[in-house]
Amino acid sequence: MARLLSLLLLVALPFQVMGQEDPGLERRVASLAHELRCLVCQNQTLADSNAPLAQDLRNQIREQLRAGKSERDVIDFMVARYGDFVLYRPPFKATTVALWTGPFVLLALGAWLLVRRVRKRAPPPELTEAERRRAAQLLE
Amino acid sequence: MRFWLVVAGFLVLVGLLAAGLQLDPREVPSPLIGKPAPAFELPLLQQPDKSFSEKDMLGTVWVMNVWASWCPPCLVEHPVVSEFARSGIAPVVGLNYKDAREDALPWLKRNGDPFQVTVFDAAGRIAIDYGVYGVPETYVIDRKGIIRYKRVGPLTPEIVQKKVRPLIEELSKRG
Repeated sequence: MARLLSLLLLVALPFQVMGQEDPGLERRVASLAHELRCLVCQNQTLADSNAPLAQDLRNQIREQLRAGKSERDVIDFMVARYGDFVLYRPPFKATTVALWTGPFVLLALGAWLLVRRVRKRAPPPELTEAERRRAAQLLE
Repeated sequence: MRFWLVVAGFLVLVGLLAAGLQLDPREVPSPLIGKPAPAFELPLLQQPDKSFSEKDMLGTVWVMNVWASWCPPCLVEHPVVSEFARSGIAPVVGLNYKDAREDALPWLKRNGDPFQVTVFDAAGRIAIDYGVYGVPETYVIDRKGIIRYKRVGPLTPEIVQKKVRPLIEELSKRG
C-alpha cells in the first residue's frame, strides 16, 4: 500500500510542479515543448527530455509566453538559433520536398508496378470442346 | 536480367545506408552562419566587476570557444585550443557555460588559460542565443562581427588545420 502510494505521488509530482502557476500558460508551454526537438538527446522532444538544455529552453518558452509573445514568435526564436532541425514537424520547403513527397512517390511507384504485373499475367487458355464436355461430365 | 536488377537495387540501398552511417547527427547546420554574432554583455570570469561584449572585438577576426569545467570533451580539446591560441592566428575568447567560478577558475589553473578573456555565462542564456547545444562549441567571427564557422564538439588538429586556419587566413586578408 505504501509502495502504491509513493508510486502515485511520484506520478503526480510533475503535475503538481507544473500546476503551481497559471495552468493555461503551462498548457501552452507543454504543447510548444512537444513540437520542439531537444538538441542534446535528438530523438526526444523538449517536453520529454530532462537534459539541462531542455529545461533551459522550456524556461525560455515559459518566459517568452509570459511576456506576451505568441507561439509563432517562440518557434521563430528557436529556429533562428537551432535551425529547422529543432522542429519536430519539418516545414515543407525546397530542401524537404523529398522528405515529404518521397513516401507518396514510392507508394505510387509500387502501385504502378503491381498494376503492370497483374495486367501482364496471361489470361487462362480457352478450353477445347472436348475438355468442356469432360468438365460438364465431371460436374454432374 | 531481373536478378541483376534486384542485386543492383540492393547495392544502392546498402550504399545509401552506408552513407547515412557516415553522417554525424550532431552536425546540425547552424542557421547562424553568415549572421551577425548575437549581442551580449557578460562579466569576465576572472574579474566579475568587468564586462565584455562581442562589440569589443569588432575589427578583428576572432574565435569564441564555449567550454565548461564539467565537460569532459572540453578537457580533451583543450590542448588543441591552447595550441591554436599560442600560434597567434586569432585571439580566442572563452565563454564559460553554466559553470561555477569555484570550478572554472581552478580548471583553468590546472589546464592552462589560452583565452584572451573568458566571459562568464552562468545561466547559459547567451549560449542559447548562439544556438549552443553541446559543449564544447567553437565559432569563428569575422571583422564585421559575422559568424563564419561553427563547430559543435571538440576541435581536433585536423579541423584546425583544414578548416579553421584557412578560413581565418582568408577572412584576415579580406579587409
